[in-house]
Amino acid sequence: MPCRSFLWSGVADVKNPDLEQIQVFLADHAQDDLVSWAHEQQVMEQFGVTCSEVDELIMQSGFLPARYQRNRHMISISQQLQLLKSRVAVVGCGGLGGYVIEELARLGVGHLRVIDPDIFEEHNLNRQLLATIDNLGTSKAAAALKRVQDINPAVGIDPRQVAVGFDNGIELLTGMDVVVDAIDNISGRLELAQLCSQLAIPLVHGSIAGWFGQVSCIKPGQGTMQKLYANRTADKGIESTFGNPSFTPAVVGSLQAAEVCKILLIQGELLDEGILTVDLLQMQFDTIPVS
Amino acid sequence: MKITVKLFASFRIGRFDREIREYPQATTVGDVVRDLQIPEAKVGILLLNFVHVDLQRQLADGDALSIFPLVGGG
Repeated sequence: MPCRSFLWSGVADVKNPDLEQIQVFLADHAQDDLVSWAHEQQVMEQFGVTCSEVDELIMQSGFLPARYQRNRHMISISQQLQLLKSRVAVVGCGGLGGYVIEELARLGVGHLRVIDPDIFEEHNLNRQLLATIDNLGTSKAAAALKRVQDINPAVGIDPRQVAVGFDNGIELLTGMDVVVDAIDNISGRLELAQLCSQLAIPLVHGSIAGWFGQVSCIKPGQGTMQKLYANRTADKGIESTFGNPSFTPAVVGSLQAAEVCKILLIQGELLDEGILTVDLLQMQFDTIPVS
Repeated sequence: MKITVKLFASFRIGRFDREIREYPQATTVGDVVRDLQIPEAKVGILLLNFVHVDLQRQLADGDALSIFPLVGGG
């Protein structure tokens, strides 16, 4: 079942008299235009509201939750509020997904649906941010829930321990602003791309193998995924030979998070006309055309 | 005919980054892949003069062929 905060609809749920009192409290306690975590906690306890509701009220009042202060010269208060109201599905909570989830949560994306059917195994420990000695044998999606709750309680996180496919994809992805492809098999990626196209949701693709990786931002109907894997005869690429080290998922996952941020804020240039290929062995980045 | 072959990522290891190579008329992309002893199951994107093609595409003198490995890990 989705957790309550994922379904939260906004400060419309807060009772009017409380709303006024909270606004007065925030105005009294903001330093410059920042509201500290300690004061946010005080509001949550005193008025029985959620962290995301307090964050929204802070930003509607023209203040900023202090934990976002290092975002502020690239992200305005209204953009930070936009991120809080955004919904992103991250499909795969392994190498790429672990970094993408971490970065989107710290960025302040308000709703994350994190999807992975797998449990952690020992061979994940060399690279998967969410994998720890203590959580071996447990759900990757559940580990994402715990991590996000620890680093940003304003994020409504909805873990699903399933594989996305044609049978459940519509239910899992409908309503998302962006979907992130952090899957580890090619047939799953092709299904995901078809689902996103059908639902008219942009898809941020990333894949890795050893020192190498690729990233592309796929607009609905563009057919980039089909081109990327047009010549495939197997479900795995050269990662079956090379494995993956600690740093490649961090690089490629971070590039994916940057693309998600730009899509949500309608800002900058997207990798939607090209495929970025990453070669960390020769430290070479090339952008090749989609069409 | 002269074909400029560019290799990417792992395909460079033990081969080359870029070479102008001589091939007979009617050579296909697949012939070049086999000539370079690249396993077909490892082939990802194939670009001929910046256009996506498949292994069956026939080459012409002066073409530039880029070969990328299949990358599918997450």
